[in-house]
Amino acid sequence: MHIKTFDTRFKTLRIKKILEENPTTKTFIFEYPLGGKPGQFAMIWLPGFDEKPMSIAFDDGKEFWITICKVGPFSSAMHELNVGDKVGIRGPFGTSYKFKKGENLALVAGGYGAAPMYFVAYEASNMGCHVDFLIGARNKDLLLYTHKILSLANTKLHISTNDGSVGVQGFITQVLDQILADSHSKKDYKVFTCGPEVMMKAVGDVCDKYKTPAWLSMEKYMKCGIGVCGQCAIDDTGALCCVDGPVMEWKKLRKLPEMGEYHRDAQGKKHYLRAK
Amino acid sequence: MANLEVKFCGVKFSNPTVLASGILGVTASSLKNVIRNGAGGVTTKSIWLEEHIGHKNPTMFGTEHYFVNAVGLSDAGMKKAAEETFPEYNKNKPAPIIANIVASSMEDFAKLTEEITKCDPDIIELNLGCPNVEDQHGKPFSCVAADAAKVTKLCRAMTKKPLIIKLTPNVSDIATVAKACAAEGADGFCAINTLYGMGIDINMRRPILTNKSGGLSGPGIKPSAVKAVYDIYKATKLPIVGTGGIMTGEDVLEIMMAGARLVGIGTMVNYRGVEGFGEIVKEMEKWCEENGVKDLEEIIGVAQ
Repeated sequence: MHIKTFDTRFKTLRIKKILEENPTTKTFIFEYPLGGKPGQFAMIWLPGFDEKPMSIAFDDGKEFWITICKVGPFSSAMHELNVGDKVGIRGPFGTSYKFKKGENLALVAGGYGAAPMYFVAYEASNMGCHVDFLIGARNKDLLLYTHKILSLANTKLHISTNDGSVGVQGFITQVLDQILADSHSKKDYKVFTCGPEVMMKAVGDVCDKYKTPAWLSMEKYMKCGIGVCGQCAIDDTGALCCVDGPVMEWKKLRKLPEMGEYHRDAQGKKHYLRAK
Repeated sequence: MANLEVKFCGVKFSNPTVLASGILGVTASSLKNVIRNGAGGVTTKSIWLEEHIGHKNPTMFGTEHYFVNAVGLSDAGMKKAAEETFPEYNKNKPAPIIANIVASSMEDFAKLTEEITKCDPDIIELNLGCPNVEDQHGKPFSCVAADAAKVTKLCRAMTKKPLIIKLTPNVSDIATVAKACAAEGADGFCAINTLYGMGIDINMRRPILTNKSGGLSGPGIKPSAVKAVYDIYKATKLPIVGTGGIMTGEDVLEIMMAGARLVGIGTMVNYRGVEGFGEIVKEMEKWCEENGVKDLEEIIGVAQ
């Protein structure tokens, strides 16, 4: 009988360092060989309060980073923590981004999606890939990780903001369209994207125009993180975001009725992403 | 090849494995995916009359020996079941579906039975034994035989569908509870619901589950499940969905020999993935082949 290896027990880790990325975003650094790969996530536990899935923003086998934007009760509680405080961690979980030495990658990040995409860029840069790093944000105050990205070899940063406060004014998909139009003859071009689902869908549509393969970091309401509860099942294949994802190929998502349309809450009720 | 088909309260299942309630049961797509992976049937996650908020994470933890959960029966309510889950599942319906329902009052159980019958499930299962919502809703009804019987009677009056009662093992004599339900018109049983469990993280010095207490399932509880099924079968001779700690084809055969006609499988998914359903069916086929069993009817309750 084949038994999956699993470890659902928590490791208790103390926060080694906290970096302020922007007014609403902090990076928590833990000294621990988590073994995460780009695109994977970990569960973070605040005892007696809650536990949430968070993308891994960096892991070099010695330390790992989790970047958290203050959006709700859990992330606000995380922001109250200090260096030396304890949190529970389990993971890494889920699928990761796959790339080979020397490939051409376009990484498209929406808002705080820049953090997990930085991990891809860091590894890809080390492997000699050519990386175009695209970040779309509402305004320049919401940008994060730009200095870290600029320090990577073989990596070019492109920025768009809705208000034009920095970079191109408009949507990041326009920037992607331009890059692919210039380079679509390169057959090994791959696009990886992490951000709001509506943005990722638009990224997928641009990739279709140039027949460029794309992979997305899907985000659905998760509970167990290990493929048991079914909370994060995606319609209509029933694929689970936590074990079949979060990194999933666009060609398998493109036609799904749920894609870019709705999310489910903790009770399994649908919420449409756009007004119907 | 052995015939793995079984009939339960007149409903035909292509094999006796059934997804247990609470696992992979949030959406119709997820339920259908379980059937694609080899299960003979599915059970919905417990359906409430109204939307019900579950517990905060962590809602589960486990080791190679056991698993503890306190999801807290989160559900979007009867409206979602009627408008989404059942219509979508019943469209090109791949296998029988058991509707598991739960309520905190006997009146709501009756009302739900009436409502869920309109969704046309093959079987209705009353969840009278979940240990995870006691702080909000009190002890489950199947802790007391008279209460279980009363709910059964009220729900029986509301439906002609096969009605089975999911029982808690957290009682001194489960057969007494089963007999009381049988006397009020229960068509069968599902046993067992989870046992009580708790785990404490010694580094944090706190219970792991936000709900503190949870329901114990997984490989370690199989002997409790086998014993409960054995006792219920002996006392009532009614069809039973045997569930608790079933991980392999051999486990399925074992609990069937105790008296189960269908076998609920849930926590297995943590150990073998959803593809475990198909593997389990193959393991059963292999055993039947090697042991000259032509039809599973031959082994139901054979160990009595």
